[in-house]
Amino acid sequence: MLDRRELMKRAGMAALATGLGSTRALALDTVTLPFDNGERPLVTYPQKRPMIGLTSRPPQLETPFSVFNGGPITPNNAFFVRYHLADVPLNIDPDKFTLEVKGKVDRPLKLSLKDIRKLKATEIVAVNQCSGNSRGFFNPRVAGGQLANGAMGNARWRGVPLKTVLDMAGVQAPARQVTFGGLDGPVMEKTPDFVKALNIDHARDGEVMLAYGMNGDDLPILNGFPLRLVVPGYYGTYWVKHLNEITVIDNEFDGFWMKSAYRIPDTPNNSIEPGTAPKATIPINRFTVRSFITSVTDGAKLKSGATTLKGIAFDGGTGIKEVAVSTDGGKTWMPAKLGRDLGKYSFREWKLPVKLAAGSHELKVRATNNAGDVQPAEPRWNPAGYLRNVIETTRVTAA
Amino acid sequence: MKLSILLAVATTGVLGLVAARAVPVVYKLPEETAAFKPGPNLEVVKNNCSGCHSADYVKTQPNMKSKKDFWQAEVTKMIKVYGAPIDDADVPKIVEYLAATY
Repeated sequence: MLDRRELMKRAGMAALATGLGSTRALALDTVTLPFDNGERPLVTYPQKRPMIGLTSRPPQLETPFSVFNGGPITPNNAFFVRYHLADVPLNIDPDKFTLEVKGKVDRPLKLSLKDIRKLKATEIVAVNQCSGNSRGFFNPRVAGGQLANGAMGNARWRGVPLKTVLDMAGVQAPARQVTFGGLDGPVMEKTPDFVKALNIDHARDGEVMLAYGMNGDDLPILNGFPLRLVVPGYYGTYWVKHLNEITVIDNEFDGFWMKSAYRIPDTPNNSIEPGTAPKATIPINRFTVRSFITSVTDGAKLKSGATTLKGIAFDGGTGIKEVAVSTDGGKTWMPAKLGRDLGKYSFREWKLPVKLAAGSHELKVRATNNAGDVQPAEPRWNPAGYLRNVIETTRVTAA
Repeated sequence: MKLSILLAVATTGVLGLVAARAVPVVYKLPEETAAFKPGPNLEVVKNNCSGCHSADYVKTQPNMKSKKDFWQAEVTKMIKVYGAPIDDADVPKIVEYLAATY
């Protein structure tokens, strides 16, 4: 934990360091996200291309949406960044880093990065999406990080299954959950440290991964170097960065970040009447099904005639069954052609050639997953601004 | 050879480096870009709020119908939920500043 003085010193050092001409967050430009009070600086951080700056402390960076038109994999230098607490690890020695596995296990472990890299590696392509992605579009608006649609990304993760490490440690019979802590922490003594939990069966499903690789490279620092949890299909809150502590417990974890934060209404579709409070809540879990047009932006002016629309779709892990596109505001729908299948947790590209007559058009895209879940026509609401998955509309003019 | 790698932003772009073995990775966060706007009780706000987060966290919050209620709830959340050590006497001053300024 940092004390306040150290924190202020860091802030001051950052200011002084501009004299070296090396650490200024160059506010290259500003962008205006399409909701009230949406002006943001475009900032450049080490290992990152220009990103939409949400907050500088703790660092929170949103991916410019145009990146998603570049292919189904989000480059490491464009991947969004979300921290909760300002004591971010800025000095990491990969040779000294250890992952501790403890609690209700027969053989507590302390594994170096080298130890982990020696274990049989697996890879998975999976979307990571912030729970609060698209929060800025909620109506009525809600407090929290005011993000547009860029707090998501899709990467090829490389690492070892969490199951492998848990089996090495020998999980004891009464185990119920596994908790995960990282090197990042709070600034103030009483701020709850960021710790998340998964049920033991989920933790041992063979898919949850301890990842050290991302798209063929090490993890970028701000994406959790040298090791992070990958929880395919689940919101990013579970993907603990700088992961160094795994604890098997025989009860349900009651830490703040599970018990009080990141909760969704325990109702159908986890939504409630806008502006009201839920009676009961559960921890946020799998992604809702979503799709986007990436090839044209809202307000774009296009040439009339033939054009090919392109975009992405994803869900919480059943895979995308169908993507349909409407060019008339949702009156009629046409099936899009799905792109290469990179796995059920990945972005799935889609495209569709359409003809746009001169005039204005409301383009819509709607995905259905293999469980039969379809994106709703009207937005659902919850007080934390999570789970947005309304059918998105892109208004264009053809001439 | 230096024992640390300085990951730094050159004015022309990003100097992206991958950690080599046996070399600690030092990351330099860029300077903060936002400051609290001038307003009543600014110093109280800076002293109480800047420890945990930068001013942009406040600046980017939505314009709500009842600013006072919204900011009162946020300040209460910072104290009760996140353990911010804020004196009782400072609370109305902070709420006044936030409601008047953002």
